[in-house]
Amino acid sequence: MTTTLQATVLDTVVQAGDGALIRVPAGGRLRIVDTHGNQAVDTLLYDADDIDNRYSAFDTIREQGAVYLTTGSRLLSTRLDELAVISDDTCGRHDTIGGACAQESNVIRYGEHVRHQHACRQTFLAYGAAAGIGQRQLGHNINFFMNVPVDSLGNLNFEDGVSAPGKYVEIVASRDILVLISNCPQLNNPCNGWDPTAVQLLGWWES
Amino acid sequence: MSDFTHEVPGGAAWSFPIRAGRLVTLTALGDDACVSTLLFGPDRLDRLNVPDTLKAQMSACIKAPMVLMSDRGVALASVVSSSLDWHDCLTGFGSDAHLARFGPSSYAVDRNDWKRSARTGLVSELTKHGLGEADLHGSVNFFSKVGITDDPHGTLGLLTGVSHEGDTVTLRTEVDVLLVLATAPHPLSTTPYAPAGVRIDVAIAEPVTSDDPSWQFRDESARALEQARRLAA
Ligand SMILES: [Zn+2]
Repeated sequence: MTTTLQATVLDTVVQAGDGALIRVPAGGRLRIVDTHGNQAVDTLLYDADDIDNRYSAFDTIREQGAVYLTTGSRLLSTRLDELAVISDDTCGRHDTIGGACAQESNVIRYGEHVRHQHACRQTFLAYGAAAGIGQRQLGHNINFFMNVPVDSLGNLNFEDGVSAPGKYVEIVASRDILVLISNCPQLNNPCNGWDPTAVQLLGWWES
Repeated sequence: MSDFTHEVPGGAAWSFPIRAGRLVTLTALGDDACVSTLLFGPDRLDRLNVPDTLKAQMSACIKAPMVLMSDRGVALASVVSSSLDWHDCLTGFGSDAHLARFGPSSYAVDRNDWKRSARTGLVSELTKHGLGEADLHGSVNFFSKVGITDDPHGTLGLLTGVSHEGDTVTLRTEVDVLLVLATAPHPLSTTPYAPAGVRIDVAIAEPVTSDDPSWQFRDESARALEQARRLAA
């Protein structure tokens, strides 16, 4: 058996509105590149050996004592296990309280006319099914490259992204994990400039 | 007309199905209470979605007259009134690790005063309804305020002395819900172990009129309430 340490084992493009389910072994490094800028990459993480041990936005926020994610943020599970760490981030900060879009939440936010637009929740369900990830397993996600400022008065806003073409974020898996990605097709808010675009995924781990 | 009253002591957990059109008043039975609360819709699969609730109503905390929205965009309940203008929903509920600073505790030693985390209590209650760990979701921590700093990280910290014995929050159930709650200490609490209990009063709500504050609050709130109305129709 030949083993190549940290070979580039993943180099793929996820088109706007598409998704991916990637198994990253412990120590593996996954980079998400915002090829055009202002894209929102909705991401969920699972312990590859037990999908009930999944990413928890609010446990992560609490244990790091801060709302936004950036380099050094430990991405924790609902059991407080470290699933991954953000090892590099040329964007600056990422959201984890804005959630993913769904047909139903689009209706609430924009009106009945958007009900049959494509949304992240369908992508999550479509790509998650292979790992047994269904409705009950969809926790609150990370939105890489998305800008959702909160303030000391308790307000929350959606703003133009702080990302730009070529910006990237990188995570290192702390254990074997599944990364479920929906490259957001949202057309109704400024987070991706009303123009969802492709992202590139790069992975380095032992193959 | 009051349906019933139930008291949950500090450090305990409770769950109960509550029909649509009820007023559920939570009253803190001590200072600095934390009632970590989960909500499920009629089919027990659809559940509270804190991110959707916040982004649709442009708030980073729960307060009146916001509606609590589900994954499917249904208003599960409306916050019709509260003596506090901020209930934490960004920092989740506590795990056993958060109780470690109080030292070991077990039933064998402490009997019914043993210390159990909110997570343990919530999972135990979920399991009684055929649910479980997969059904955990972002909670509302009623009576707790976690302040947010306007710095580049959005630094957070629990504020003490904000809520007091007798503080209340009243929810109106918009559909049949399963209410699941725990009264363990807030996970960011640094004070000695003294979790406050909560009294729950359930009463029949008056019919909703066109000037209802939750219907009037935002277009998004009204649309979620309309989805609930359709579900109950
Ligand atoms: Zn989306």
